[in-house]
Amino acid sequence: MDGRAAASRKPLRRDVRVGLFVTCLVDLFRPSVGFAAVKLLQDAGCIVEVPTQTCCGQPAYNSGDRATTATIAAQVIDAFAGFEHVVAPSGSCAAMIKRHYPELFADDPEMLRRAEELAARTHELVSFLADVMGVERVDAAFDGTVTYHDGCSGLRELGVRDQPRRLLGTVRGLDLVESANTDVCCGFGGTFAVKYGELSNSIVERKVGTVVGSGARTLVAGDLGCLMNIAGKLSRMGSHVEVRHVAEILAGDTEAAPIGSPTR
Amino acid sequence: MTIHPTSPQFKENAHAALGDRELQRALGHVRQAFIAKRAAAAEALPEFEALRDSARDIKAHTLKHLDLYIEAWEEKVTAAGGHVHFARDAEEARKAVLDICRRVGARTVTKGKSMISEEIGLNAAIEAAGLVPVETDLGEYIVQLRGEVPSHIIAPAVHLTRDQVEADFRRHHVHLDADRDISTHHSLQAEARGILRERFLAADVGITGANFLVAETGTSVIVTNEGNGDLTQLLPRVHVVLASIEKLVPTLEDVGQLLRVLARSATGQEMSVYTTLSTGPRRPEDPDGPDEYHVVLIDNGRSSMLGTSFEEMLRCIRCGACMNHCPVYHSVGGHAYGWIYPGPMGAVLTPALIGVETAGHLPNASTFCGRCESVCPVRIPLPKLMRHWREREFERHLQPATVRSGLTFWGWFATRPKLYRAATGLAMRALHVAGGARGRFASLPFAKGWTDFRDMPAPQGGTFQSQWKAKRGRPGTAA
Ligand code: SF4
Repeated sequence: MDGRAAASRKPLRRDVRVGLFVTCLVDLFRPSVGFAAVKLLQDAGCIVEVPTQTCCGQPAYNSGDRATTATIAAQVIDAFAGFEHVVAPSGSCAAMIKRHYPELFADDPEMLRRAEELAARTHELVSFLADVMGVERVDAAFDGTVTYHDGCSGLRELGVRDQPRRLLGTVRGLDLVESANTDVCCGFGGTFAVKYGELSNSIVERKVGTVVGSGARTLVAGDLGCLMNIAGKLSRMGSHVEVRHVAEILAGDTEAAPIGSPTR
Repeated sequence: MTIHPTSPQFKENAHAALGDRELQRALGHVRQAFIAKRAAAAEALPEFEALRDSARDIKAHTLKHLDLYIEAWEEKVTAAGGHVHFARDAEEARKAVLDICRRVGARTVTKGKSMISEEIGLNAAIEAAGLVPVETDLGEYIVQLRGEVPSHIIAPAVHLTRDQVEADFRRHHVHLDADRDISTHHSLQAEARGILRERFLAADVGITGANFLVAETGTSVIVTNEGNGDLTQLLPRVHVVLASIEKLVPTLEDVGQLLRVLARSATGQEMSVYTTLSTGPRRPEDPDGPDEYHVVLIDNGRSSMLGTSFEEMLRCIRCGACMNHCPVYHSVGGHAYGWIYPGPMGAVLTPALIGVETAGHLPNASTFCGRCESVCPVRIPLPKLMRHWREREFERHLQPATVRSGLTFWGWFATRPKLYRAATGLAMRALHVAGGARGRFASLPFAKGWTDFRDMPAPQGGTFQSQWKAKRGRPGTAA
């Protein structure tokens, strides 16, 4: 049992073939997160590939359009067939594939089988590094106090909580502080943020209150949706708290300006 | 006569609620107190998660065989000397209650806390019949004085501050000394208790809700923290129980299981202060109790949820945990939802009861954060059910045309990867340039709901896929 546990922490294999599901937000808004994810995966011993892709389908799914969602899901299932693992730098998109794709094909046994098979090998980035690849520390440095926000899907649908905190704790110079209510939603919710803008705003106001209250200089999370929402609110308030994806910090890849900050 | 829903004006309601400073002050309490107490109670009971599973299973099983359990229960109620009145809708339910009141010549009617009574608009009907309904739960009493409906299913007046309640009492209790001190919770409670005591003694009929109806014994069960339910049902000559069909459970043993998760989920108590079981009217050897015991069993739209995906909603034991943990409820409180049931449970139940055409905003006004589901003692998948309402709306073309065409436009690209890659590559480059050195937009015409309140971070320029392709030759190649 001990031997197995040790083996699962430190795989000797250096040839794990991973398909990166980069997510539409990272693809479009912040490619640097994608490259940070690639670096982390390669450092952990993965061979990373990026099949042509669009989106996981959440905008359609959460708007009630099951048919379009199923078409997109089938596309993802095809594109990522054959990879040993599929990894996304987002709890929300990983949970969409893991928890919701199978629901879409309840009436189609063959697609259901394929959706479940994909679900079983799909992971959120940081939990994949920690739980599957056995990564215990990262080789990165970051100067300053950092607080971590738990994205809702990652936390509640995938159980991502301790893994990012553990790995952030191994970044040289990084001082991790907890905010209050890290498990409370930031108010993003996809199209919710635009359709119910005022309501979304009141939720993110409370969120940034806890972030500022923590005294951290940098906020990180594992989902670009939350991060854009929180960063947008912080900058509108004139706050100097910087916002980054957790992968950037763990990869030591902080060359790009923080989210929503002036390019430097 | 049931309350007219303002759910179609959810956005306006929410806007008003966000600007209401007293309400926001009152909601501060919900955001803190309930959550910490529930967490501590759950933490203290190692088998809590297993109990949630069995609570879910008990309710799910009952719903699968609801007809049989209702039949068995009715037999027991009748055998114990009680009367069962079946009501298909709100009107039949009101009529059943009023018929009883008229027959016994009632003038004053006391009421324990009951959400189904709110749902069927009973107080207005009782008043219209020339009788006086008196709410005896403190929160309900306050809400009744103000002519409001409860804003929370277990804490009806949680939207009010102590100052507001003091002002209401001074306005209504004019026979009391104007210089009295009612500046504390305790003194307010004492004043209400004094007033209600007279009403308890004057009442001819006492109406309560029911947390559970027990098929095995024909018993109705209520839980309260104030003891008002006991005085409501024991002192008058007639006790009328109002209950919707999903309150049935098979056995007393099941009630025991459900009680173990109910109070913990609701207020973080191990048990509510009073748990009262009633089976039939007073027997000759009983020291007290009503001469008549009636149950009005109300459907009002629920049986049409059976056998659909919304059947799961009927497991609800009305603990309030979902709203206590809901960021939307925390922002706007219960009244913004515009009908009887607020929060996540209301967002699923209300469209089922009054139609998704009227209540469509409620299942849409959610971030799907899932905190409600994570605390629901009977594990109702509330986000999933809200999504099912969105699917129904989509099928029936009930969403605004702009939303639908935006979605179609996006979906068209998202299902054509190559085209998507080309188009988004161009668009992001353009947006990046437009964002300029500031790295964000203060205003975007197509996303005003966002930029009215916060900046939109600008894209870095170039998509990941195009950069990856440039670095690696072509997409899909290995690192
Ligand atoms: S849906 Fe669940 S959490 Fe909400 S009131 Fe009902 S039982 Fe409680």
